[in-house]
Amino acid sequence: MGDVAAGSPILGELLVRTIRIGSGAGYSGDRIEPAIELAESGNLDYLVFECLAERTIALAQQDRLKDPQGGFDPLLADRMKAVLPICRKNGVKIVTNMGAANPVAAAQATRDIAKALGLTGMKVAAVTGDDVLAQARASDVALDEGGSVKALGNRVISANAYTGAAPIAEALAGGADVVITGRAADPALFLGPLVHEFGWAMDDWDLLGKGTMVGHLLECAGQITGGYFADPGVKDVQGLARLGFPIGEVREDGDLVVTKVAGSGGQITRATVTEQLLYEIHDPARYYQPDVVADFSQVRVEEVGPDRIHVTGGSGTPKTGLLKTSVGYLDSYIGEGEISYAGANAAARGRLALDIVRERLALTGVKMTESRFDLIGVNALHGDGLAEGHDPYEVRIRVAGRTDSFAEAVKIGNEVETLYTNGPAGGGGAWKSAREIVGVASALLPETVVTSSVTFMEA
Amino acid sequence: MKLREIAHARSGDKGDTSNISVIAFDACDFGFLAEHVTAGHVAQHFSNTITGTVARYELPALGALNFVLTGALGGGVVRSLALDTHGKSLSSALLELELPARGAPSSPP
Repeated sequence: MGDVAAGSPILGELLVRTIRIGSGAGYSGDRIEPAIELAESGNLDYLVFECLAERTIALAQQDRLKDPQGGFDPLLADRMKAVLPICRKNGVKIVTNMGAANPVAAAQATRDIAKALGLTGMKVAAVTGDDVLAQARASDVALDEGGSVKALGNRVISANAYTGAAPIAEALAGGADVVITGRAADPALFLGPLVHEFGWAMDDWDLLGKGTMVGHLLECAGQITGGYFADPGVKDVQGLARLGFPIGEVREDGDLVVTKVAGSGGQITRATVTEQLLYEIHDPARYYQPDVVADFSQVRVEEVGPDRIHVTGGSGTPKTGLLKTSVGYLDSYIGEGEISYAGANAAARGRLALDIVRERLALTGVKMTESRFDLIGVNALHGDGLAEGHDPYEVRIRVAGRTDSFAEAVKIGNEVETLYTNGPAGGGGAWKSAREIVGVASALLPETVVTSSVTFMEA
Repeated sequence: MKLREIAHARSGDKGDTSNISVIAFDACDFGFLAEHVTAGHVAQHFSNTITGTVARYELPALGALNFVLTGALGGGVVRSLALDTHGKSLSSALLELELPARGAPSSPP
Protein backbone atom coordinates (compact mmCIF):
# COMPACT_ATOMS: atom_id res chain seq x y z
CA MET A 1 0.00 0.00 0.00
CA GLY A 2 0.97 3.63 -0.31
CA ASP A 3 2.20 5.50 -3.30
CA VAL A 4 5.36 7.39 -3.84
CA ALA A 5 4.49 11.06 -3.86
CA ALA A 6 4.40 12.07 -7.48
CA GLY A 7 5.90 15.38 -8.44
CA SER A 8 6.91 16.44 -4.94
CA PRO A 9 8.33 19.91 -5.44
CA ILE A 10 11.10 19.62 -2.91
CA LEU A 11 14.33 18.10 -4.14
CA GLY A 12 15.51 15.29 -1.92
CA GLU A 13 12.01 14.45 -0.76
CA LEU A 14 10.99 12.72 -3.95
CA LEU A 15 10.79 9.39 -2.21
CA VAL A 16 8.70 10.50 0.77
CA ARG A 17 5.76 8.11 0.94
CA THR A 18 2.25 9.47 0.86
CA ILE A 19 -1.01 7.67 1.57
CA ARG A 20 -4.47 8.83 0.66
CA ILE A 21 -7.27 8.45 3.19
CA GLY A 22 -10.87 9.23 2.29
CA SER A 23 -13.58 10.05 4.79
CA GLY A 24 -16.77 8.21 3.85
CA ALA A 25 -19.14 9.30 6.62
CA GLY A 26 -19.31 12.08 9.17
CA TYR A 27 -22.06 10.48 11.23
CA SER A 28 -24.17 7.35 11.35
CA GLY A 29 -26.92 8.53 8.99
CA ASP A 30 -24.65 10.25 6.46
CA ARG A 31 -25.04 10.07 2.66
CA ILE A 32 -23.58 6.95 1.01
CA GLU A 33 -22.91 8.10 -2.60
CA PRO A 34 -19.97 10.35 -1.66
CA ALA A 35 -18.25 7.29 -0.16
CA ILE A 36 -18.87 5.33 -3.36
CA GLU A 37 -17.42 8.25 -5.33
CA LEU A 38 -14.33 8.24 -3.11
CA ALA A 39 -13.84 4.48 -3.43
CA GLU A 40 -14.25 4.67 -7.22
CA SER A 41 -12.34 7.82 -8.06
CA GLY A 42 -10.39 8.92 -5.00
CA ASN A 43 -7.27 6.86 -5.74
CA LEU A 44 -7.45 5.92 -2.07
CA ASP A 45 -5.43 3.64 0.14
CA TYR A 46 -7.99 3.81 2.97
CA LEU A 47 -11.65 4.68 3.33
CA VAL A 48 -12.76 5.58 6.86
CA PHE A 49 -16.36 5.71 8.10
CA GLU A 50 -16.85 7.62 11.37
CA CYS A 51 -20.34 6.84 12.60
CA LEU A 52 -20.52 7.19 16.39
CA ALA A 53 -21.84 10.15 18.35
CA GLU A 54 -21.79 10.52 22.12
CA ARG A 55 -25.05 8.71 22.75
CA THR A 56 -25.04 6.26 19.83
CA ILE A 57 -23.22 3.52 21.67
CA ALA A 58 -25.55 3.62 24.68
CA LEU A 59 -28.56 3.24 22.37
CA ALA A 60 -26.73 0.47 20.50
CA GLN A 61 -26.08 -1.30 23.80
CA GLN A 62 -29.84 -1.27 24.45
CA ASP A 63 -30.34 -2.86 21.00
CA ARG A 64 -27.75 -5.51 21.81
CA LEU A 65 -29.53 -6.37 25.05
CA LYS A 66 -32.65 -7.09 22.97
CA ASP A 67 -30.74 -8.94 20.21
CA PRO A 68 -27.29 -10.44 20.95
CA GLN A 69 -26.39 -10.19 17.24
CA GLY A 70 -27.51 -6.54 17.09
CA GLY A 71 -26.09 -3.30 18.46
CA PHE A 72 -24.07 -2.12 15.47
CA ASP A 73 -24.67 0.63 12.94
CA PRO A 74 -28.04 0.23 11.15
CA LEU A 75 -26.50 1.38 7.83
CA LEU A 76 -23.53 -1.01 8.00
CA ALA A 77 -25.01 -3.48 5.51
CA ASP A 78 -26.00 -0.74 3.03
CA ARG A 79 -22.55 0.84 3.23
CA MET A 80 -20.63 -2.41 2.95
CA LYS A 81 -22.69 -3.69 0.03
CA ALA A 82 -22.05 -0.39 -1.75
CA VAL A 83 -18.30 -0.11 -1.21
CA LEU A 84 -16.81 -3.58 -0.58
CA PRO A 85 -16.64 -4.64 -4.25
CA ILE A 86 -15.16 -1.30 -5.32
CA CYS A 87 -12.65 -1.30 -2.47
CA ARG A 88 -11.61 -4.88 -3.36
CA LYS A 89 -11.13 -3.86 -7.01
CA ASN A 90 -9.13 -0.73 -6.15
CA GLY A 91 -7.15 -2.10 -3.22
CA VAL A 92 -8.74 0.24 -0.66
CA LYS A 93 -8.84 -0.82 2.98
CA ILE A 94 -11.77 0.19 5.19
CA VAL A 95 -11.64 1.36 8.80
CA THR A 96 -14.83 2.16 10.70
CA ASN A 97 -16.37 2.43 14.15
CA MET A 98 -19.68 1.09 12.83
CA GLY A 99 -19.23 -1.81 15.26
CA ALA A 100 -20.76 0.46 17.95
CA ALA A 101 -21.78 -1.83 20.84
CA ASN A 102 -21.04 -5.05 18.94
CA PRO A 103 -17.95 -4.97 16.69
CA VAL A 104 -17.74 -8.77 16.43
CA ALA A 105 -21.32 -9.10 15.14
CA ALA A 106 -20.66 -6.19 12.75
CA ALA A 107 -17.55 -7.95 11.45
CA GLN A 108 -19.49 -11.21 11.01
CA ALA A 109 -22.20 -9.35 9.09
CA THR A 110 -19.53 -7.73 6.91
CA ARG A 111 -17.83 -11.06 6.26
CA ASP A 112 -21.18 -12.57 5.26
CA ILE A 113 -21.83 -9.69 2.86
CA ALA A 114 -18.34 -10.10 1.36
CA LYS A 115 -18.98 -13.84 0.95
CA ALA A 116 -22.35 -13.22 -0.69
CA LEU A 117 -20.71 -10.77 -3.08
CA GLY A 118 -18.09 -13.37 -4.00
CA LEU A 119 -15.22 -11.46 -2.43
CA THR A 120 -13.50 -14.63 -1.31
CA GLY A 121 -10.58 -14.25 1.06
CA MET A 122 -11.51 -10.75 2.22
CA LYS A 123 -10.26 -10.41 5.77
CA VAL A 124 -12.38 -8.59 8.35
CA ALA A 125 -11.12 -7.67 11.83
CA ALA A 126 -13.11 -6.65 14.90
CA VAL A 127 -11.44 -4.51 17.56
CA THR A 128 -12.92 -4.96 21.02
CA GLY A 129 -12.07 -3.85 24.54
CA ASP A 130 -13.77 -0.45 24.68
CA ASP A 131 -16.70 -1.87 26.67
CA VAL A 132 -15.61 -1.09 30.24
CA LEU A 133 -18.96 -1.33 32.02
CA ALA A 134 -17.67 -3.91 34.50
CA GLN A 135 -14.50 -1.91 35.20
CA ALA A 136 -16.43 1.35 35.60
CA ARG A 137 -18.83 -0.27 38.07
CA ALA A 138 -15.98 -1.86 40.00
CA SER A 139 -13.99 1.36 40.28
CA ASP A 140 -17.03 3.53 41.07
CA VAL A 141 -15.51 6.27 38.98
CA ALA A 142 -16.62 9.88 39.45
CA LEU A 143 -18.52 11.57 36.61
CA ASP A 144 -17.53 14.94 35.17
CA GLU A 145 -21.16 16.05 35.49
CA GLY A 146 -21.13 15.21 39.22
CA GLY A 147 -22.14 12.01 40.99
CA SER A 148 -20.67 8.62 40.26
CA VAL A 149 -21.32 5.39 38.40
CA LYS A 150 -22.30 3.80 41.68
CA ALA A 151 -24.86 6.51 42.44
CA LEU A 152 -26.53 5.88 39.06
CA GLY A 153 -26.95 2.24 40.12
CA ASN A 154 -29.06 0.11 37.81
CA ARG A 155 -29.87 3.12 35.60
CA VAL A 156 -26.43 2.62 33.99
CA ILE A 157 -26.71 1.07 30.50
CA SER A 158 -23.19 1.24 29.15
CA ALA A 159 -19.64 2.48 29.70
CA ASN A 160 -17.31 2.72 26.74
CA ALA A 161 -13.76 4.02 26.78
CA TYR A 162 -12.43 5.99 23.82
CA THR A 163 -9.65 3.73 22.56
CA GLY A 164 -6.65 4.56 20.43
CA ALA A 165 -4.84 3.76 17.21
CA ALA A 166 -2.73 0.79 18.31
CA PRO A 167 -5.30 -2.02 17.97
CA ILE A 168 -6.38 -0.63 14.59
CA ALA A 169 -2.76 -0.66 13.39
CA GLU A 170 -2.45 -4.19 14.79
CA ALA A 171 -5.48 -5.33 12.81
CA LEU A 172 -4.02 -3.82 9.63
CA ALA A 173 -0.66 -5.45 10.31
CA GLY A 174 -2.54 -8.73 10.59
CA GLY A 175 -3.73 -8.30 7.02
CA ALA A 176 -7.24 -6.96 7.59
CA ASP A 177 -9.01 -5.48 4.57
CA VAL A 178 -11.77 -4.14 6.82
CA VAL A 179 -11.28 -3.04 10.45
CA ILE A 180 -14.40 -2.56 12.59
CA THR A 181 -14.18 -0.98 16.02
CA GLY A 182 -16.55 0.08 18.76
CA ARG A 183 -15.87 3.30 20.65
CA ALA A 184 -12.49 4.14 19.13
CA ALA A 185 -11.74 7.85 19.34
CA ASP A 186 -12.78 9.41 16.03
CA PRO A 187 -9.28 10.62 15.01
CA ALA A 188 -7.83 7.20 15.91
CA LEU A 189 -9.66 5.70 12.92
CA PHE A 190 -7.29 7.77 10.75
CA LEU A 191 -4.24 7.64 13.03
CA GLY A 192 -4.34 3.81 13.05
CA PRO A 193 -3.63 3.48 9.31
CA LEU A 194 -0.89 6.14 9.54
CA VAL A 195 0.83 4.35 12.42
CA HIS A 196 0.60 1.08 10.49
CA GLU A 197 1.78 2.45 7.13
CA PHE A 198 4.58 4.66 8.36
CA GLY A 199 5.66 2.74 11.44
CA TRP A 200 5.23 5.80 13.64
CA ALA A 201 6.33 5.11 17.24
CA MET A 202 3.56 5.30 19.83
CA ASP A 203 5.69 7.78 21.80
CA ASP A 204 6.50 10.08 18.89
CA TRP A 205 4.18 12.76 20.23
CA ASP A 206 4.86 15.17 17.40
CA LEU A 207 3.82 12.68 14.68
CA LEU A 208 0.91 11.35 16.73
CA GLY A 209 -0.26 14.95 17.13
CA LYS A 210 0.03 15.53 13.38
CA GLY A 211 -1.86 12.30 12.66
CA THR A 212 -4.55 13.29 15.14
CA MET A 213 -4.94 16.57 13.29
CA VAL A 214 -5.45 14.61 10.04
CA GLY A 215 -8.18 12.57 11.71
CA HIS A 216 -9.80 15.56 13.35
CA LEU A 217 -10.00 17.46 10.05
CA LEU A 218 -11.39 14.52 8.07
CA GLU A 219 -13.67 12.75 10.53
CA CYS A 220 -16.77 14.90 9.90
CA ALA A 221 -16.56 14.21 6.16
CA GLY A 222 -18.58 16.91 4.35
CA GLN A 223 -18.01 19.48 7.09
CA ILE A 224 -14.60 20.29 5.56
CA THR A 225 -15.70 20.29 1.92
CA GLY A 226 -18.36 22.98 2.25
CA GLY A 227 -21.08 21.33 4.32
CA TYR A 228 -22.22 23.13 7.50
CA PHE A 229 -20.67 26.25 5.95
CA ALA A 230 -22.85 27.82 3.26
CA ASP A 231 -24.52 31.16 3.92
CA PRO A 232 -26.09 32.55 0.73
CA GLY A 233 -24.53 35.80 -0.39
CA VAL A 234 -21.92 35.60 2.37
CA LYS A 235 -20.25 32.20 2.01
CA ASP A 236 -21.64 30.59 -1.15
CA VAL A 237 -21.01 26.91 -1.84
CA GLN A 238 -21.90 25.18 -5.10
CA GLY A 239 -23.29 21.67 -5.35
CA LEU A 240 -24.28 20.84 -1.78
CA ALA A 241 -26.75 18.22 -3.06
CA ARG A 242 -23.79 16.26 -4.46
CA LEU A 243 -21.20 17.29 -1.91
CA GLY A 244 -17.86 15.51 -2.28
CA PHE A 245 -16.25 14.04 0.83
CA PRO A 246 -12.61 14.79 1.69
CA ILE A 247 -9.35 13.03 0.97
CA GLY A 248 -6.25 13.51 3.11
CA GLU A 249 -2.93 13.10 1.33
CA VAL A 250 -0.64 12.35 4.24
CA ARG A 251 3.14 12.10 4.01
CA GLU A 252 5.15 9.94 6.34
CA ASP A 253 6.45 13.10 8.06
CA GLY A 254 2.83 14.03 8.87
CA ASP A 255 2.51 16.71 6.22
CA LEU A 256 -1.11 17.01 5.01
CA VAL A 257 -2.98 18.21 1.95
CA VAL A 258 -6.78 18.07 2.12
CA THR A 259 -8.55 17.65 -1.22
CA LYS A 260 -11.54 15.95 -2.84
CA VAL A 261 -12.55 14.16 -6.04
CA ALA A 262 -12.45 16.57 -9.00
CA GLY A 263 -15.93 17.49 -10.18
CA SER A 264 -17.69 16.65 -6.92
CA GLY A 265 -19.79 19.31 -5.22
CA GLY A 266 -18.60 21.65 -2.51
CA GLN A 267 -15.27 23.36 -1.99
CA ILE A 268 -12.18 23.14 0.18
CA THR A 269 -10.78 26.51 1.15
CA ARG A 270 -8.78 28.07 3.97
CA ALA A 271 -12.10 29.06 5.52
CA THR A 272 -13.71 25.59 5.44
CA VAL A 273 -10.55 24.00 6.81
CA THR A 274 -10.12 26.58 9.57
CA GLU A 275 -13.74 26.16 10.70
CA GLN A 276 -13.29 22.39 10.86
CA LEU A 277 -9.91 22.61 12.61
CA LEU A 278 -11.62 24.38 15.53
CA TYR A 279 -14.81 22.31 15.44
CA GLU A 280 -15.55 20.80 18.87
CA ILE A 281 -12.16 21.90 20.16
CA HIS A 282 -11.71 23.55 23.53
CA ASP A 283 -8.09 24.57 24.25
CA PRO A 284 -6.44 24.20 20.80
CA ALA A 285 -3.11 23.47 22.47
CA ARG A 286 -4.58 20.57 24.50
CA TYR A 287 -6.79 18.30 22.43
CA TYR A 288 -6.97 15.21 24.60
CA GLN A 289 -6.84 11.91 22.77
CA PRO A 290 -6.09 8.36 23.94
CA ASP A 291 -2.67 8.30 22.24
CA VAL A 292 -1.48 11.90 22.57
CA VAL A 293 -2.44 15.39 23.63
CA ALA A 294 -2.58 17.06 20.23
CA ASP A 295 -1.62 20.70 19.78
CA PHE A 296 -3.35 22.66 17.00
CA SER A 297 -2.36 26.09 18.34
CA GLN A 298 0.39 26.68 15.74
CA VAL A 299 -1.39 25.21 12.73
CA ARG A 300 -1.17 27.05 9.43
CA VAL A 301 -3.52 26.64 6.52
CA GLU A 302 -2.48 27.48 2.98
CA GLU A 303 -4.19 27.12 -0.38
CA VAL A 304 -1.87 25.33 -2.82
CA GLY A 305 -4.37 24.75 -5.62
CA PRO A 306 -8.08 24.60 -6.34
CA ASP A 307 -9.66 22.51 -3.58
CA ARG A 308 -6.18 21.71 -2.26
CA ILE A 309 -5.30 22.99 1.21
CA HIS A 310 -1.92 22.38 2.79
CA VAL A 311 -2.11 22.13 6.58
CA THR A 312 1.08 22.33 8.66
CA GLY A 313 2.16 22.97 12.23
CA GLY A 314 0.22 20.31 14.14
CA SER A 315 2.15 18.73 17.00
CA GLY A 316 1.61 16.91 20.25
CA THR A 317 2.68 16.29 23.82
CA PRO A 318 2.63 13.05 25.88
CA LYS A 319 -0.69 11.33 26.46
CA THR A 320 -2.25 11.57 29.92
CA GLY A 321 -2.74 7.84 30.48
CA LEU A 322 -6.43 8.49 31.11
CA LEU A 323 -9.19 7.55 28.70
CA LYS A 324 -12.42 9.51 28.31
CA THR A 325 -15.27 7.11 29.01
CA SER A 326 -18.90 7.65 28.02
CA VAL A 327 -21.37 6.31 30.55
CA GLY A 328 -24.89 5.82 29.19
CA TYR A 329 -27.76 5.84 31.69
CA LEU A 330 -31.52 6.12 31.83
CA ASP A 331 -31.95 9.80 32.54
CA SER A 332 -35.57 10.94 32.25
CA TYR A 333 -38.50 11.29 29.88
CA ILE A 334 -39.37 14.19 27.56
CA GLY A 335 -42.88 15.03 26.46
CA GLU A 336 -43.50 17.50 23.64
CA GLY A 337 -46.37 19.07 21.76
CA GLU A 338 -46.73 21.55 18.89
CA ILE A 339 -49.59 23.37 17.15
CA SER A 340 -49.72 26.20 14.59
CA TYR A 341 -51.66 29.46 14.11
CA ALA A 342 -51.80 31.66 10.98
CA GLY A 343 -52.78 35.11 9.82
CA ALA A 344 -53.26 38.39 11.60
CA ASN A 345 -52.67 38.10 15.32
CA ALA A 346 -51.02 34.68 14.91
CA ALA A 347 -48.31 35.50 17.43
CA ALA A 348 -50.87 36.70 19.98
CA ARG A 349 -52.87 33.50 19.59
CA GLY A 350 -49.66 31.50 19.89
CA ARG A 351 -48.78 33.26 23.11
CA LEU A 352 -52.30 32.73 24.40
CA ALA A 353 -51.99 29.04 23.54
CA LEU A 354 -48.72 28.78 25.45
CA ASP A 355 -50.30 30.50 28.46
CA ILE A 356 -53.22 28.06 28.36
CA VAL A 357 -50.93 25.02 28.24
CA ARG A 358 -48.80 26.46 31.06
CA GLU A 359 -51.92 26.91 33.19
CA ARG A 360 -53.30 23.47 32.26
CA LEU A 361 -50.08 21.70 33.16
CA ALA A 362 -50.19 23.42 36.57
CA LEU A 363 -53.92 22.76 37.07
CA THR A 364 -53.61 19.08 36.27
CA GLY A 365 -50.45 18.74 38.34
CA VAL A 366 -48.12 17.38 35.65
CA LYS A 367 -44.79 16.91 37.39
CA MET A 368 -42.00 18.41 35.29
CA THR A 369 -38.46 19.01 36.47
CA GLU A 370 -37.79 21.39 33.57
CA SER A 371 -39.84 22.88 30.74
CA ARG A 372 -39.81 25.37 27.89
CA PHE A 373 -42.42 27.22 25.82
CA ASP A 374 -41.38 28.32 22.30
CA LEU A 375 -42.85 30.13 19.29
CA ILE A 376 -41.60 28.89 15.87
CA GLY A 377 -42.45 29.86 12.28
CA VAL A 378 -42.01 31.43 8.84
CA ASN A 379 -43.94 29.86 5.96
CA ALA A 380 -44.87 26.28 6.85
CA LEU A 381 -48.64 26.70 6.71
CA HIS A 382 -49.53 28.46 3.44
CA GLY A 383 -46.28 29.13 1.60
CA ASP A 384 -44.57 32.45 0.99
CA GLY A 385 -47.39 34.32 -0.76
CA LEU A 386 -49.78 34.89 2.12
CA ALA A 387 -46.86 35.33 4.52
CA GLU A 388 -45.85 38.55 2.72
CA GLY A 389 -46.10 41.61 4.90
CA HIS A 390 -46.85 39.85 8.18
CA ASP A 391 -44.28 39.68 10.90
CA PRO A 392 -44.80 36.86 11.53
CA TYR A 393 -47.60 35.39 9.38
CA GLU A 394 -47.60 32.18 11.36
CA VAL A 395 -46.36 30.75 14.59
CA ARG A 396 -46.01 27.22 15.80
CA ILE A 397 -45.99 26.79 19.53
CA ARG A 398 -43.78 24.16 21.06
CA VAL A 399 -43.97 22.95 24.65
CA ALA A 400 -41.37 20.52 25.97
CA GLY A 401 -40.96 19.22 29.50
CA ARG A 402 -38.82 16.76 31.37
CA THR A 403 -40.49 14.25 33.67
CA ASP A 404 -39.60 11.25 35.77
CA SER A 405 -42.06 8.91 34.09
CA PHE A 406 -43.38 8.17 30.62
CA ALA A 407 -46.97 8.61 31.79
CA GLU A 408 -46.27 12.17 32.93
CA ALA A 409 -44.42 12.97 29.70
CA VAL A 410 -47.45 11.90 27.64
CA LYS A 411 -49.61 14.47 29.43
CA ILE A 412 -47.54 17.39 28.09
CA GLY A 413 -48.28 16.68 24.43
CA ASN A 414 -51.89 15.88 25.32
CA GLU A 415 -52.34 19.36 26.82
CA VAL A 416 -51.07 20.92 23.60
CA GLU A 417 -53.33 18.70 21.49
CA THR A 418 -56.44 19.68 23.45
CA LEU A 419 -55.92 23.22 22.15
CA TYR A 420 -57.69 22.00 18.98
CA THR A 421 -61.07 22.24 20.70
CA ASN A 422 -60.21 24.22 23.82
CA GLY A 423 -57.68 26.82 22.65
CA PRO A 424 -57.42 29.91 20.43
CA ALA A 425 -59.05 30.20 16.98
CA GLY A 426 -57.59 28.35 14.02
CA GLY A 427 -55.13 26.03 15.75
CA GLY A 428 -53.95 23.35 13.29
CA GLY A 429 -51.37 20.61 12.78
CA ALA A 430 -51.02 19.47 16.36
CA TRP A 431 -48.24 16.98 16.98
CA LYS A 432 -47.05 15.29 20.14
CA SER A 433 -44.43 12.88 21.37
CA ALA A 434 -43.10 11.32 24.54
CA ARG A 435 -39.86 9.43 24.81
CA GLU A 436 -37.34 7.94 27.18
CA ILE A 437 -34.05 9.82 27.40
CA VAL A 438 -30.75 7.99 27.61
CA GLY A 439 -28.26 10.40 29.08
CA VAL A 440 -24.51 10.29 28.64
CA ALA A 441 -22.03 11.28 31.32
CA SER A 442 -18.26 11.37 31.03
CA ALA A 443 -15.58 9.91 33.24
CA LEU A 444 -11.83 9.39 33.05
CA LEU A 445 -10.51 5.86 33.50
CA PRO A 446 -6.86 4.81 33.63
CA GLU A 447 -5.86 3.28 30.29
CA THR A 448 -4.67 0.19 32.14
CA VAL A 449 -8.28 -0.93 32.64
CA VAL A 450 -8.70 -1.40 28.88
CA THR A 451 -7.46 -4.53 27.16
CA SER A 452 -7.99 -4.29 23.43
CA SER A 453 -8.09 -7.36 21.28
CA VAL A 454 -8.44 -8.07 17.59
CA THR A 455 -10.56 -10.89 16.13
CA PHE A 456 -10.00 -11.87 12.49
CA MET A 457 -12.43 -13.61 10.18
CA GLU A 458 -12.31 -14.36 6.47
CA ALA A 459 -14.92 -14.41 3.71
CA MET B 1 -21.25 47.01 12.79
CA LYS B 2 -22.15 43.39 13.31
CA LEU B 3 -19.55 40.70 13.91
CA ARG B 4 -20.87 38.87 10.84
CA GLU B 5 -19.56 41.65 8.61
CA ILE B 6 -15.94 40.73 9.32
CA ALA B 7 -15.99 37.12 10.53
CA HIS B 8 -17.55 33.72 10.07
CA ALA B 9 -18.20 31.17 12.79
CA ARG B 10 -18.92 27.49 13.50
CA SER B 11 -20.26 25.91 16.66
CA GLY B 12 -19.76 22.42 18.02
CA ASP B 13 -20.82 20.55 21.14
CA LYS B 14 -19.30 18.25 23.73
CA GLY B 15 -21.68 17.40 26.54
CA ASP B 16 -23.18 20.59 27.94
CA THR B 17 -20.31 22.69 26.55
CA SER B 18 -20.48 24.57 23.27
CA ASN B 19 -17.49 25.94 21.41
CA ILE B 20 -17.86 28.68 18.84
CA SER B 21 -14.98 29.57 16.57
CA VAL B 22 -14.91 33.11 15.20
CA ILE B 23 -12.69 33.48 12.13
CA ALA B 24 -11.87 36.78 10.44
CA PHE B 25 -12.56 36.82 6.71
CA ASP B 26 -9.35 38.85 6.49
CA ALA B 27 -6.69 37.72 8.97
CA CYS B 28 -5.61 41.38 9.24
CA ASP B 29 -8.76 41.94 11.33
CA PHE B 30 -7.53 39.60 14.06
CA GLY B 31 -6.33 42.45 16.28
CA PHE B 32 -9.67 44.22 16.02
CA LEU B 33 -11.52 40.99 16.79
CA ALA B 34 -9.25 40.21 19.72
CA GLU B 35 -9.89 43.65 21.19
CA HIS B 36 -13.65 43.77 20.70
CA VAL B 37 -14.81 40.19 20.99
CA THR B 38 -13.76 39.29 24.51
CA ALA B 39 -14.97 36.44 26.67
CA GLY B 40 -16.91 39.07 28.63
CA HIS B 41 -18.71 40.34 25.52
CA VAL B 42 -19.66 36.81 24.54
CA ALA B 43 -20.89 35.97 28.04
CA GLN B 44 -23.01 39.13 27.99
CA HIS B 45 -24.39 38.29 24.52
CA PHE B 46 -25.52 34.86 25.72
CA SER B 47 -26.48 35.88 29.25
CA ASN B 48 -30.05 34.59 28.76
CA THR B 49 -29.05 31.23 27.36
CA ILE B 50 -25.97 29.94 29.18
CA THR B 51 -25.53 29.07 32.83
CA GLY B 52 -21.74 28.61 32.92
CA THR B 53 -18.59 30.45 31.98
CA VAL B 54 -16.93 31.62 28.76
CA ALA B 55 -13.25 31.04 28.01
CA ARG B 56 -11.41 32.40 24.96
CA TYR B 57 -8.46 30.97 23.08
CA GLU B 58 -6.53 32.98 20.48
CA LEU B 59 -5.17 31.64 17.18
CA PRO B 60 -3.51 34.64 15.54
CA ALA B 61 -1.96 32.58 12.72
CA LEU B 62 -5.46 31.60 11.62
CA GLY B 63 -7.05 34.97 12.41
CA ALA B 64 -9.34 33.10 14.75
CA LEU B 65 -10.72 33.07 18.27
CA ASN B 66 -12.24 30.03 19.92
CA PHE B 67 -14.88 30.50 22.62
CA VAL B 68 -15.78 27.72 25.01
CA LEU B 69 -19.15 28.14 26.74
CA THR B 70 -20.04 25.82 29.61
CA GLY B 71 -23.62 25.18 30.68
CA ALA B 72 -24.62 26.25 27.19
CA LEU B 73 -26.76 23.40 25.93
CA GLY B 74 -29.52 22.75 28.44
CA GLY B 75 -27.73 19.65 29.69
CA GLY B 76 -26.28 18.63 26.33
CA VAL B 77 -27.54 17.18 23.08
CA VAL B 78 -28.81 13.98 24.63
CA ARG B 79 -31.12 15.57 27.20
CA SER B 80 -31.78 19.16 26.16
CA LEU B 81 -35.39 20.32 25.77
CA ALA B 82 -34.34 22.83 23.10
CA LEU B 83 -35.28 22.58 19.42
CA ASP B 84 -31.58 22.83 18.51
CA THR B 85 -30.17 20.36 21.01
CA HIS B 86 -26.62 20.58 19.63
CA GLY B 87 -26.51 24.37 19.71
CA LYS B 88 -25.51 24.28 16.02
CA SER B 89 -27.22 27.65 15.53
CA LEU B 90 -25.28 29.40 18.32
CA SER B 91 -22.66 30.44 15.72
CA SER B 92 -25.31 32.48 13.89
CA ALA B 93 -26.43 33.99 17.17
CA LEU B 94 -22.88 35.09 18.04
CA LEU B 95 -22.41 36.69 14.61
CA GLU B 96 -25.19 39.14 15.57
CA LEU B 97 -22.84 40.63 18.19
CA GLU B 98 -22.63 44.41 17.80
CA LEU B 99 -19.10 45.82 17.35
CA PRO B 100 -17.93 49.44 17.31
CA ALA B 101 -17.37 50.87 13.84
CA ARG B 102 -13.78 50.45 12.77
CA GLY B 103 -11.75 53.57 13.38
CA ALA B 104 -14.01 54.48 16.30
CA PRO B 105 -12.16 55.97 19.28
CA SER B 106 -12.13 52.71 21.27
CA SER B 107 -10.19 50.79 18.60
CA PRO B 108 -6.41 50.85 18.44
CA PRO B 109 -4.59 53.14 16.04
